[in-house]
Amino acid sequence: MMKNKADEEDYWNSSKFKAFTFDDEDDEFSRLKESKRAVNSIRPLVDEDDDEEEVEKVSWSGEPVGSISWSVNETAASNQRTDREPAFPKINTDTTSISKSHSGYSLSALFKGETHRCILGKDNTLSGDWSPEETVQRMQQGKAVSLEKFRSLQDKLLLLDYAVSAHDGNVITAPLWDLFVFPEVLFRELTDRQTALRHFIHYLTESKDQRLLLELLRYLPLSTPGLPLLQYKEHLGIADENKRRDFLKSCLSLPFSPEDSVHVEDHYTLLERQIIIEATDGHAERGGKQEIFQKFPRKASILNMPLITTLYYCCFYHYTESEGTYSSPLNIRQTFKLSEKQFFVTALAARAKLKAWPDVDALFTSRNWLGFTRKKSPLSFQRVVDVLHKNSAPTQVLQDYVALVDDAELRITLAQKHKCHDIVINTYRDLKDRQQLLGYRAKMARGSAEERKINELLNNSVRKKILSVSLPVCLSVCLCVCLSVCLPVCLSVCLPVSLTC
Amino acid sequence: MAAHLSYGRVNLNILREAARKELREFLDKCAGSKAIVWDEYLTGPFGLIAQYSLLKEHEVEKMFTLKSGRLPSADVKNIIFFVRPRLELMDIIAENVFSEDKMHSPRDFHILFVPRRSMLCEQRLKEQGVLASFINIDEYILDLIPYDGDLLSMEYESAFRECYLENDQTSLYHTAKGLMTLQALYGTIPQIYGKGECARHVANMMLRMKREFAGSQNQILPVFDTLLLLDRNVDLLTPLATQLTYEGLIDEIYGITNGYVKLPPEKFAQKKQGEASKDLPTEPKKLQLNSAEELYAEIRDKNFNAVGAALSKKAKIISAAFEERHNAKTVGEIKQFVSQLPHMQAARSSLANHTSIAELIKDITSTVCFWGHLGVCASLVSASEAFFDNLTVEQEFMTGVDTDKVNTYIEDCVAQKDPLIKILRLVSMQSVCNNGLKQKVLDYYKREILQTYGYEHILTLNNLEKAGLLKLQSSSRNNYPTIRKTLKLWMEDANEQNPNDISYVYSGYAPLSVRLTQVLARPGWRSIEEVLKMLPGPHFEERQQLPAGLHKKRQQGENRTTLVFFLGGVSYAEIAALRFLSQMEDSGMEYIIATTKLLNGTTWIKSLMDRPESQSS
Repeated sequence: MMKNKADEEDYWNSSKFKAFTFDDEDDEFSRLKESKRAVNSIRPLVDEDDDEEEVEKVSWSGEPVGSISWSVNETAASNQRTDREPAFPKINTDTTSISKSHSGYSLSALFKGETHRCILGKDNTLSGDWSPEETVQRMQQGKAVSLEKFRSLQDKLLLLDYAVSAHDGNVITAPLWDLFVFPEVLFRELTDRQTALRHFIHYLTESKDQRLLLELLRYLPLSTPGLPLLQYKEHLGIADENKRRDFLKSCLSLPFSPEDSVHVEDHYTLLERQIIIEATDGHAERGGKQEIFQKFPRKASILNMPLITTLYYCCFYHYTESEGTYSSPLNIRQTFKLSEKQFFVTALAARAKLKAWPDVDALFTSRNWLGFTRKKSPLSFQRVVDVLHKNSAPTQVLQDYVALVDDAELRITLAQKHKCHDIVINTYRDLKDRQQLLGYRAKMARGSAEERKINELLNNSVRKKILSVSLPVCLSVCLCVCLSVCLPVCLSVCLPVSLTC
Repeated sequence: MAAHLSYGRVNLNILREAARKELREFLDKCAGSKAIVWDEYLTGPFGLIAQYSLLKEHEVEKMFTLKSGRLPSADVKNIIFFVRPRLELMDIIAENVFSEDKMHSPRDFHILFVPRRSMLCEQRLKEQGVLASFINIDEYILDLIPYDGDLLSMEYESAFRECYLENDQTSLYHTAKGLMTLQALYGTIPQIYGKGECARHVANMMLRMKREFAGSQNQILPVFDTLLLLDRNVDLLTPLATQLTYEGLIDEIYGITNGYVKLPPEKFAQKKQGEASKDLPTEPKKLQLNSAEELYAEIRDKNFNAVGAALSKKAKIISAAFEERHNAKTVGEIKQFVSQLPHMQAARSSLANHTSIAELIKDITSTVCFWGHLGVCASLVSASEAFFDNLTVEQEFMTGVDTDKVNTYIEDCVAQKDPLIKILRLVSMQSVCNNGLKQKVLDYYKREILQTYGYEHILTLNNLEKAGLLKLQSSSRNNYPTIRKTLKLWMEDANEQNPNDISYVYSGYAPLSVRLTQVLARPGWRSIEEVLKMLPGPHFEERQQLPAGLHKKRQQGENRTTLVFFLGGVSYAEIAALRFLSQMEDSGMEYIIATTKLLNGTTWIKSLMDRPESQSS
């Protein structure tokens, strides 16, 4: 406590913190800040590391000292240190007085059944003359039973049916396991008992008995609901890609629903293709002949990747390939019937990642029937800018696309975000918003080209007038021409003119 | 330690005490010094029942986590395995027993199965040839674990999956057992209501078990008036929506397990004057969240938008209390002040913690999300925008806007490779709010998901279809609008600061499950027969005879108590809504909540996925 002497004096005599002089505004964030400030300003009177008797101790990780998981970790750690000394953590004892009272019920005393119980087995000498129903009941209560007396198949199945109606998985699986001796019989009977079947499959999955599970699946009629997918699922356990492919191929003949069968087929086709691409590209990479693999070494194998990732990969490494090859993006698009949008987003991201800006530009270019080029996108230009930015496109590239955003508000927000000053300035100019221009000028660096441009716009009021007149004039001229010539020509010629003047 | 359990209407500490007594009795069966080998999953739930001190009192000297290989040496007479009945754990135990050093003085082995013995597990041990090594095999019936003064959970993660995908009703059997235990401690519950297939099963089993124990009459005055059993699949919508209460958001963002949350440590570093900035701790900060903490009890169920105000109000009070020291003049006054210090310090650190948590939640706003393709680049769309967009879409769905078309926001999220669970949550929500999707829309979503995340997710999609979360619209018309209107599931003018309706927990959406509960209390389900018929599963009412003399004589104005049991899980926002109903002055009803699992949309969908562990991207 010595060290705190001066602090304490200070504390008792001063009020360093300005307590709560906030406006009654409803801004949540500022409120949080205030309570944060308040909390920080209340310095602890006592060093909090000093333990106080009645306060529960909490380790940094928040586990109360003395809790079970804390102690497990603690003994584990101490065990590494020394093997002999049982290291008890210093624990504060339970403070509640109730815990000391050893009276009251314990859970098992509530149901005064026998607690002793034997497990199932042939050596079980217990013989009681219980009906299947009673046997199931006794099993549920954890009492000793013998399944020995259910000798005939009929008896065993009767027992199983009673167990199923008890809804206790533990009890259902027991007679099943007893029927285990004759797998063929069991399999046959199970096809009529869906619940028991599911329990059995679950049991086999849990006990990792793959062999028996596959045997069972083969035995069941194909019409068993969910069976094809259950079989398909097996592929996840096959590590070798060639074996996995072959397994998937064998799945193609299973009676999936029409939609599922398309997906399973696509899955097979994709893996087949990935194996080919992986082999070729791995070879090319090791050969060191192709520049792209040297410049951008592959980070991971393409095997078992999703379709879109594969497409991305192909757009990255195989963009210009003709449609005839397996790795051509166009071929993939065709084979898997990808939508224009999906193809577009993926190609855009891949080419932008490579900073192949001409390729990016080309994606948007469409020619109309007169041969004029326009930028078109199945994606909103806002999203395009987003994708490009994520791939760290430079401002020069970004501004081309920001300029294409239709909505002026959105365009300004995006342009500001990406520092496309020209677009911000031009948009304000077109909106004739003098105030905003003034405001924006203040944000620009002194003597920068942007500042000069704004000054020019603001000072040149004559020009401004012309500007405000010239636009409508220009447009109306355009319209007249339009009537006589044709609309696309007019727009593509006149609009750029009117925008630049 | 557990005093907060006894503050509520029903003293849940009785249950905890019974569980503790059981544990002591078992430990005393194994005489001499002991070491416990823990199935790690169990340490969390057990922590809610007992502290290490209790075990120590009963000669537990060491504790280990169950691992394959050799047991660490420990000079004890008994080795006790505390495990769930799982086959893979039996294999580990067998390995442990086999590699036991024979030279060492022999140690006795015991197994305690939680919550039930399993014949299959014992069979497995027998096959492995170690069954005979165990002196004692027992079970510890820990079905319902008290989480708070009004909350019980079985923490049976796979209950919903087992019931609806695997058709395995073992969890329902355990539920019925748990309810029998509760009745043994708190008296027979005279009235049982239920809605749903599973509810029906549980009620049937309870009635049957009661007949089987007919010999011993329960002589305890009933604490609960009513039991309401609700299937999760009666209300698939609610858990899918993003919870907007304080506790709900903590769970959505950081995940609460066994009453603890792990938080990024940066905001919790204690700054001390005179100390240069210490290395920031890298380990996550773990905090316990329950009503034992006064401030948390106050704000946990508030809409997050009202938390800031509550915290700053609390800050005012606390700092005013600290200012009191200036007025303390006499020795007596100073003594008085000092005696209050511990309480004030605790309040102060609690306020600091929750201010930090609230900030963290707000901060989700400025972090960035990631682009999933080969490289990882920061996104422009801040998480706050993403969070807001997500909420907007959810609210559109819940109000029935454009639920029959492909949603562009979902499409964009897929294109950005947002986490699959988020996509599944949204698509499921759209499907539920539209009573199924049109073939074209459903096919489109499925294709997009499989192509982007991998074809193996057919299995997951299939699971969601089985559970009814995704479905094809049948020829019958969409009845969700009728349900929404009749039960007033959407309230335009939800008041987040001073709520007057349960819809505040989702900022407009009133959870269907809680509406059903509310209507049952008043005016009764007869008023909504039509809607009940539209929801899946039967609804029913059962009565249990009470022995003469145990009929409660109710005081005028005395509240009734209902135990609401959510079969298949419940979200924190739903709990908040029920607590809100309990506190309403004119409701006349107090609710205790029990469930198979505390969940949120993410953990729920995850439990339904096929091999979710392979889906971490």
